[in-house]
Amino acid sequence: MRTIDVIGTAIGNSFRSKLRTSLTVIAIFIGAFTLTITNGLGTGINNYINSTVAAIGAQDVLTVTKTPADATTSGPKKYNPDLVAASGPSRPGSTVEALTPADITAITAVKGVTSVAPTLSISPGYIQNGTGTRYTLNASGAVPGIKLQLAAGAQPSASSSDLQIVLPVSYVKALRLSSNSAAIGATVHIGITDATRASTVVDATVVGISEASLGAIADLATTNAALTQKLYDTQSVGLPGAAKDRYAQASVRFASNATPEQITQLKQRLTAAGFDGKTVADQIGTFKTVIDAIVLVLNAFAVIALLAASFGIVNTLLMSVQERTREIGLMKAMGMGSGKIFGLFSFEAIFIGFLGSAIGAGIAMLVGTGVSSALSKSVFSALPGLTLIAFSPSSIATIILVVMAIAFVAGTLPAAKAARQDPIESLRYE
Amino acid sequence: MPVPILSARDVTKSYGRGQGRFDALRGVSLEIFEGESVAIVGKSGSGKSTLMHLLALLDRPSGGSIELGGADAMLLSKRDLNATRNRTFGFVFQQFFLTGSASVLENVILPLKIAGMGGRERKRRGLEALTELELDDKAGNRASDLSGGQKQRAVIARALVNRPRVIFADEPTGNLDTATGAVVEDILFGLNRDQGITLIVVTHDADLAARCDRRVYIRDGLVVSVDETEHAA
Repeated sequence: MRTIDVIGTAIGNSFRSKLRTSLTVIAIFIGAFTLTITNGLGTGINNYINSTVAAIGAQDVLTVTKTPADATTSGPKKYNPDLVAASGPSRPGSTVEALTPADITAITAVKGVTSVAPTLSISPGYIQNGTGTRYTLNASGAVPGIKLQLAAGAQPSASSSDLQIVLPVSYVKALRLSSNSAAIGATVHIGITDATRASTVVDATVVGISEASLGAIADLATTNAALTQKLYDTQSVGLPGAAKDRYAQASVRFASNATPEQITQLKQRLTAAGFDGKTVADQIGTFKTVIDAIVLVLNAFAVIALLAASFGIVNTLLMSVQERTREIGLMKAMGMGSGKIFGLFSFEAIFIGFLGSAIGAGIAMLVGTGVSSALSKSVFSALPGLTLIAFSPSSIATIILVVMAIAFVAGTLPAAKAARQDPIESLRYE
Repeated sequence: MPVPILSARDVTKSYGRGQGRFDALRGVSLEIFEGESVAIVGKSGSGKSTLMHLLALLDRPSGGSIELGGADAMLLSKRDLNATRNRTFGFVFQQFFLTGSASVLENVILPLKIAGMGGRERKRRGLEALTELELDDKAGNRASDLSGGQKQRAVIARALVNRPRVIFADEPTGNLDTATGAVVEDILFGLNRDQGITLIVVTHDADLAARCDRRVYIRDGLVVSVDETEHAA
């Protein structure tokens, strides 16, 4: 018998007992549906994290801090005049040892470092549009290579000497700028107080409006390199030189085509020099690990459902082998080999698995897309760009193939039973 | 002296061992020539079905040998054995063994499908066989919708479709009334007469046996007598 005839006959046979086949298909459908949804959840959340990673920091940048000498001791620590308040995402009140110009030079000397930019901590006082109300302003300098999620406008330019600022979307209304797009190009006044308590106003141009996202701190404005430097210089007026040149951290750029091994080596060299280097992936890594673990557990439940369903396949096929005993005997008497009989029944199992998984994955995609678009309009409206349940063609294909493989394994027992049948015994069977 | 198409040489067949051992055949020798019609006659339990299964290469003898066209069939590989059965033999069973939910044509072309013939050629040959048995108008019907006689005609069409040299018929009229049975008999002997297909009939029906060229009587696993019909021609 030709392979195509084996397949055709197997498909025909699976429709012979429609009720039994449909019940088995439903069991597989449930498993495949669950697996597709849980997988889609993982894909959706991880996609979102990946797309917002760029907003947290560039891919080819390490955030470098100095390793405190007594980081591991508990209790009161020795006084260190170089400690500065930590900036960025860390516990309030925690301190890090400041980087000095000498440290910056040392980091620059580390092999693999392309450039070093100390992170300037700026603390502007207020922002004002024309003569309108003054609002407090939290701002940080743009990390080289950063990609903000923008509602309008463009990314702040690192090379431009223009003073540029990207405002969070919440400032648009407060500053009486009519709309996101109308705000682009507007000039705003930024008030900043220096060490001598003198207040200075710096004018900056709004180049972009940023959206709230997972990585961005709420209501934080981003200044380009020129504006950061300008604000830093202004607020440092009156500080002695040594106090001015203290940085909590520095951004280190490395070759953008560096392999993970090269990045690890770079981090090791930084550690040897007395510094801590963290990539965005390191900072995000824990988060993704937790999500992957949750998805794995959910997938395990779906696989348990599939295993239960696979016993349904065994049962269905055993019944159909029993029912078709005489037919199998006849086919063997007419010269059909045992291998083809095996193929006939195991392909029937595979086909049942395919039906269940394809229907399951298809409906899961419809339901998942519907649910996630409904959720992103309501519960997750504060997180634009989040598709809670997303599907990648490769994972759908993997699910269908895995289910078909499980079905094949389940079908081997009945198929082997059919293949072993003695034609004479089968023909005598009543 | 022509070479017999099928011959059994001192064939024995036993089932089980020790105390429960049962000897179905205790040394049977038989020669069947191309174009003959032979009836294997005996009561149930005589060993006639076992002999047919051995001749049809569905089973292996415990002792002795089965020769197909003068060559020992037991030396064939499993694959060749399957191919030989598929090409050389056709089977007609008392219980029909038709798949009720499939169409009559689907049932008839099963041997061709097993042989690996292409779809169009299969259909053509299947319809040809059905036409020969005047069942071509039922080709698309479900096999379960046929009457007893029509079913047996469909079975004969299936046995005929691969143009076999030998047709084995196991109680071909056992499930049919006398009139329908007679029609089926006419068809089988017509094939034997007109197409020279060797016919091996297993039966306990004396009237059916009487129409064959030769009758082999089996009792308790042994051939007790053989008689031949004198042909007028």
